This record gives sequence, C-alpha cells and structure tokens, in this order.
Amino acid sequence: MTVTQARGRVVSRTPVGDYHHLVIAVEGIAEHTRPGHFVALAVGGADSGMLLRRAFSIYRTSTTGRYGPTVEVVFAAHGKGTRWMADLAPEDEIDVVGPMGRPFALPKEKVACILVGGGYGSAPMFSLASALRERGSSAHFVLGAATTPRLFGVLEANRVGSSVHVTTEDGSTGTRGRVTDVLEGLVDDVEAAVVYACGPMGMLRAVADLAEDAGAWSQCVVEESMACGVGVCMTCVLPVEGEDGLVRMVRSCVEGPVFRGDRVRWDAVGTIPPGTLGAPR
Amino acid sequence: MSAAEGGRAPLDPADVDLAVDLCGLRMPTPVMTASGCAAAGRELDQFFDVTSIGAVVTKSIMRSPRSGRPTPRMVETPSGMLNSIGLQGPGIDAFLARDLPWLVQRGARAFVSIAGETADEYVELARRVGQAPGVAGIEVNISCPNVENRGMVFACDPDSSYRVLSEVRPHIPDDIPVFAKLTPDVTDITIVAGAAADAGADGVTVINTLLGIAMDPDTLRPRLGGVTGGLSGPAVRPVAVRAVWQIRRALPDLPIIGVGGIRTGFDALEMVLAGAAAVQVGTVIFHDPSAPVRVADELRDELAVRGFASLDEVRGLAHV
Ligand SMILES: Cc1cc2nc3c(=O)[nH]c(=O)nc-3n(C[C@H](O)[C@H](O)[C@H](O)COP(=O)(O)OP(=O)(O)OC[C@H]3O[C@@H](n4cnc5c(N)ncnc54)[C@H](O)[C@@H]3O)c2cc1C
Ligand SMILES: Cc1cc2nc3c(=O)[nH]c(=O)nc-3n(C[C@H](O)[C@H](O)[C@H](O)COP(=O)(O)O)c2cc1C
Ligand code: FES
Repeated sequence: MTVTQARGRVVSRTPVGDYHHLVIAVEGIAEHTRPGHFVALAVGGADSGMLLRRAFSIYRTSTTGRYGPTVEVVFAAHGKGTRWMADLAPEDEIDVVGPMGRPFALPKEKVACILVGGGYGSAPMFSLASALRERGSSAHFVLGAATTPRLFGVLEANRVGSSVHVTTEDGSTGTRGRVTDVLEGLVDDVEAAVVYACGPMGMLRAVADLAEDAGAWSQCVVEESMACGVGVCMTCVLPVEGEDGLVRMVRSCVEGPVFRGDRVRWDAVGTIPPGTLGAPR
Repeated sequence: MSAAEGGRAPLDPADVDLAVDLCGLRMPTPVMTASGCAAAGRELDQFFDVTSIGAVVTKSIMRSPRSGRPTPRMVETPSGMLNSIGLQGPGIDAFLARDLPWLVQRGARAFVSIAGETADEYVELARRVGQAPGVAGIEVNISCPNVENRGMVFACDPDSSYRVLSEVRPHIPDDIPVFAKLTPDVTDITIVAGAAADAGADGVTVINTLLGIAMDPDTLRPRLGGVTGGLSGPAVRPVAVRAVWQIRRALPDLPIIGVGGIRTGFDALEMVLAGAAAVQVGTVIFHDPSAPVRVADELRDELAVRGFASLDEVRGLAHV
C-alpha cells in the first residue's frame, strides 16, 4: 500500500446542498485509491494553530483530467478546520496525505449489494457502486438524511445504482424516516448478500444489526477522531472482535475505517468492554 | 547586532555536520522521534527512511498488553492537543517478537521506551530489553503513575525516580545509554534530573506532556474519555526549552534530549542552544509525517546561515 504526502492545488470548491464538494489536483494519490480509502488534509495554512489533519472519505478520483490527477471529497463545515476549508478557492494550496485506510472488501461472486449512505456518508459509495457493477454485482442505493439539503448524490445514485431509495427525517424527499425503515424490506426484496454503510455511528450500528439478522454481510465505514491517521498514535481505536473471539481496541485509521459490521462491538464504542485484550482488571 | 552578522560567514548547508554522539550512540542527525508519536517506526517508513534519522524512540512498552483508556482520546487545543491514550500497547512479549526485530532488521537505531507501574516491572522490562539484540538505547518513561505510591507519578518524586533508575541501570549493558524521561509537572525539574543522574541514568529526556483538561461545549463536561490528558505540541515548547535550560544550568555535564513542541528547524535549534544534545519530534508528526527528516534539514540550514559547522558549536550557546 502506498501512502503519499503531497502538496495539492484546489481546482474547485462548490457548495452542494449543505455540503462542499472539493476537487484537489494532487500527484501520487488518485492512482492508488480504491473505494473506501480516505485522505487527511492539513487545515489552517502554514502557521495555523490547528495541528491535526482532518480525515475525509474519497468521493471520486481521476487520473486523466486536464488538471492532472485529482482527488475529490465532500465535506460539511461544522468545526474550525472544515470552516477554513469552506473558504478554499481555486489555486489555493492544501497538503494531502493519502490514500489511507483499508478499502471496502468486494464480493468474489456476483451478488446483490446495498449501499447505505447517511448524509455525506454517501460520498464513498459511488466509486464502490461502479466497482461492484463492473464485477457483475448489483448496487442498490439507500440514501438518507435529516433534511433534503443534507442528502448527497441522489442524481448520481440514479445514474450508477441498480435502484435508489431515499429517506429524509422531515419527509421533504422520499420516504419519511430513517434508512433502516426502507433497508429492512430491501434486504429481503433483493436478497442482498452484502450491505455497505457509511454515516453516523448510530446508523452504522442499526444497519449492521439489521444485516446480521437478515443473514447478510455488512461493511461499515466508521468515523473515529484521528490525530495521526497513519497508525502511530492510538487515538482512533474502537472495540472490535477478532476471529479468535477476543475483543481488541483496534486502530480505525489503519485496520479500518471499513470494518465488518458483525465484528465491531457497537454497544461498547467509547468504553473498554470487560474482557478486552489488556483491559484493566 | 545578530550573531549571524557578528562575523561568521554563512556556510553551504552541505558543509554542516549534524552528526551527534549521544553517550556512545552515533546518530547521523540529532532528531529522534518522540515516544508514542511514531509507534515502532514501521508506519513512518512509508514517508521517510527511518534509518536516516537519529533514532526511532518506540511507544512506551509495558509488561502486559494494555487496552488504554476509553475514547475520545484526543482533543485539539490551540497549537497543541490533549491525549489520553493510557499507554495502549501489545506488551513486552509481542514487542520483542515483532516490533523490535523489524526496526533492528531495517537498520534503524532503536531507542526503546519502557514504562511500569511498579519498580519491579521496570526492572523486568529493562532486563529483557537490555538483552534483546540491536537495542541502541533505552528511555525509562517514569512519567507514569506509580501504583506502589498512591498513584503518584514516579517522576514527580525524586526518591521514586532515584529508586527506579538505580534498580534498572544494573540490568542494562553499560554500552546502551539509559535516559530517564521526566515530566514538567513538578516544582523543580532539576532536582528530579539530579536524582535520576545520581541513580545512574546517562541522561534525561525532557519533557513529557503536561496534564490538562478540556471541556465539551455541548455536554459541559470534560471532552476526553479519560477526563485528564497530556498536553503536547508547539503550545508546550517554551516550557520544554525552559526545562532543558534549567537542567543544563544545574547539571552542565548531563546529556539532555529536548522534546516538546518542536515543529521547525529553528525550534530544534532553540533546544540545542538551551543545552540539548539531541531532540525529539512528536506531535508535529501527526501534522507532517515527514517531520523528523524535514526538521533535521531545516536545522542544517539554520546552522549554515549562521555560519556554524557543527552542533558542538551551538550546544548550550545561550548560556554563555
Ligand atoms: C475516515 C473518516 C472519513 C470521514 N469522511 C468525511 C467526509 O467524507 N465528509 C465530512 O464532512 N467529514 C468526514 N469525516 C469527518 C471529518 O473528519 C470531521 O468532520 C472533521 O475532522 C471535523 O473537523 P473540524 O475542523 O470541522 O472540527 P473540529 O471540531 O475543529 O475538529 C477538532 C478535531 O477533532 C476531530 N474531529 C471532529 N469531528 C470529527 C468527526 N466527526 N470525525 C472524526 N474526527 C473528528 C478533527 O479531525 C480534529 O482533529 C470523516 C472522518 C473520518 C475519521
Ligand atoms: C499521542 C501521544 C502519545 C504519547 N505517548 C507517550 C509514551 O508512550 N511514552 C512517553 O514517554 N511519552 C509519550 N508521549 C509524549 C511525547 O513523547 C512527548 O514527550 C510530548 O508529546 C511532547 O513533545 P511534542 O510536543 O513534540 O509532542 C505521547 C505524546 C502523544 C501526543
Ligand atoms: S489516528 Fe493515529 S493511530 Fe489512528
């Protein structure tokens, strides 16, 4: 796996609904990216007091455009660093590290797959859908958000997806409710073998449980706070059960961010569950 | 008139010799990684050649595997961060079987950090690490709580610092330098440094993180799962430079590794001017994974423009 640190140049930043779509021209990353990888961006400029990079799922890459290789992310401006990013303009420089993490596992057989995206969590799902369909699997989308402006990529899902279901909590688009409200029926209807999910922790847990009950695999992208993103600091851990049945505090930046949903101890995230390897006795 | 204007002609950076001899350990540059900010070197080898830096100081290793503290374990603060990792690690068996051999085989100088909750634990770790092939140095992290003494941090007390170092030193071969890593959270760090030196430490590493707390604006409660955390990054640099300065003053012959908030070559030079023999970079690695190499390159430039050909010419210069 090749991780590169490189100086990128902003090609464009465009608002999409409540989010920003950022295109960065940067060498050495796009060609190694697989669906599910993420990048870590330095924020605040050279003399910034903001030391830690911000992690973003890679939405799209291109190796052939007129700006050279590009990497694209979709982000919500909510804290200091992402608000700084929301002011980026073409030609601005930004330092990029990537591609990082373990990508989605793709099924070896041609099977039915469901891709669940909560809010900007749909960003990594489009390249995944293309990869799945190239291999003959189907890719049914379920996109959910609290409100319509917080949905991302519905049109694109219509283009690359085998089917698209949309939910909003306020009912302004699609089915009123949560992604799980439509997922349950869909898993049975399409006889899904794998459910991929990216979104808030609560959603991932619900999707993982639902998939497990239906006898499907799940692959979830978690968002844990990361200080280094490269596996050296141990800030980004969560409890994950190994093949041997032992729970370990596992780094989500290098062992994740994609985890098998049935392996994560969702109920214990934010704690050290009793019996974890090395837990205080 | 600045020192640079004061007569020394600038040099070609290629003519600056950054090599240091740290108690017999020869390093091509004085820049090491800080414990806990580089794991055991493997991940950073993707960004730079780990054999090219001074040494890789490994994450403090303990006797048994440890899960560490609950998440969130990290909060960004102005020019710094708080962490409450709680020394998560695989334990000494896995470290010796897997992590250390990689570093040694790779040809890096492996400076192993050890940590214990009791003096006996330190002794066992020192003995095992001291016997392991290829160890370049040992850093005794005494900046963690001593369970034998009501949880007080070893390095907050000169007596416990003396006890750990004096018990540990005989178990480590003489040609392996032993450094005691100290906390700045004490009234007078020179007294603890003196105790460590009297006990046989070859030198001291200063500073470990400072204890801090940050509140969550939503819950109005502490943000870290572990409540308190260690503050690091450029925010702590003046404290670190002060600690190096004071120890150099009090104990002019004691080798010091300066660590705390180094981000640039000049930051490293500051430590050397205060008296450090070598430096470590920690938190800045999270921002710039190539920092250990960049800082050394920048330090070379800082010396060159001021006309200094080696570190010996500037070490402790701020004291004269
Ligand atoms: C693998 C991964 C993929 C992600 N993908 C996306 C994406 O595609 N789009 C998007 O908008 N966001 C994504 N995030 C979340 C994004 O990293 C955070 O929203 C962002 O770091 C917040 O930064 P800030 O400066 O706004 O917040 P601040 O509160 O100022 O950040 C302070 C620190 O906390 C960390 N932090 C704060 N919130 C989060 C969070 N929710 N998750 C992780 N770390 C956090 C920051 O990284 C930073 O180090 C992803 C996170 C991870 C770990
Ligand atoms: C995430 C993190 C983990 C750390 N773990 C250790 C450790 O295991 N042992 C140790 O002696 N110091 C540890 N430290 C302290 C650093 O080695 C260093 O002393 C401190 O961070 C100050 O340097 P800096 O500002 O360059 O990071 C850790 C620091 C951080 C930020
Ligand atoms: S973020 Fe540092 S180990 Fe994962």
